[in-house]
Amino acid sequence: MSSSVRLLLAWSLLLLLLQLAPSPALAIDVIEFQNTAEEQRFRELTAELRCLVCQNQSLDDSSAPLAQDLRNEVLELMRAGRSNEGIREYLVARYGDFVLYRPRFTVATLLLWLGPIVLLLGGLILVFRSLRRMQTSTTNQPSKTDPNP
Amino acid sequence: MLKRLLPVMVFLALCVLLFAGLRMADDKDLIPSPLINKPAPAYNLPRLDADGMLGHADMLGQAYLLNVWASWCPGCRVEHEQITRIADSGVLPVIGLNYKDAEADAQRWLNHFGNPYSAIIVDLNGKTGIDFGVYGAPETFLIDADGVVRYKQVGILDQRTWETEMLPLIQSLPDQRQPQPAL
Repeated sequence: MSSSVRLLLAWSLLLLLLQLAPSPALAIDVIEFQNTAEEQRFRELTAELRCLVCQNQSLDDSSAPLAQDLRNEVLELMRAGRSNEGIREYLVARYGDFVLYRPRFTVATLLLWLGPIVLLLGGLILVFRSLRRMQTSTTNQPSKTDPNP
Repeated sequence: MLKRLLPVMVFLALCVLLFAGLRMADDKDLIPSPLINKPAPAYNLPRLDADGMLGHADMLGQAYLLNVWASWCPGCRVEHEQITRIADSGVLPVIGLNYKDAEADAQRWLNHFGNPYSAIIVDLNGKTGIDFGVYGAPETFLIDADGVVRYKQVGILDQRTWETEMLPLIQSLPDQRQPQPAL
């Protein structure tokens, strides 16, 4: 193996390793967490809060200036001893339910939460009913001998 | 027969529902403010156009517009003409909230385009912006004499919105008390 090839290989390996290195959240602002528990809680909270500028990103992974401000706000509130619910409350009071990725269970979101369950149950009932009908029709009047198809 | 058609009808109903949802999604950029008809958040901020502070309490007793702007905000430049027109009309004072801006840039902007505001307060770190639920400049709040938020315009306030939405609302507000001598 020539030395140039070896050099190339070494470089590609280095680049590959750099890529694989665990990168923190995409957003580039350095937060000094007091401990891992705090970081964990912070990540969980901000992952469920929507960035208002880039609406399909969470606060956790948005690098918009407003998202940065709101992350700082969340951290401050955490350190001021607010509960997770209290922090969500704080943001909802300012930005509305929109900031929550997980909608609250209210009258307005009833259909949203229960709709899928209702649909699933409805579908299951339909399946069972048609299954039973098929069963009774095959046992009572086998189709090949059915005089009136 | 009806039974056969039922799935088709359910399908069509679903289509209508989803299509309506798609059509309404055009407005999804506009996030309704939970502040409407609630007391405006308290603020007390340094002024850009003068020494001293101006706070929420100073403005009680008169309806006013709070216009969130910044020199870095292209929409604010577009909106500037309209804001000037409103301020000149004398219907109500317009307070500028200079949002996350460098002072020198803000001053240069005002020198260049003109200063329509009765007063300008500075929200350097955006904290007051967060309290007001600001997520993009320009934004304009109509705050009544009792300090209650009556309307919020996200984005450029144009003549049409002013005439058809805000002006009627301002005129419907209960009698404004004596304007304060301060502004």
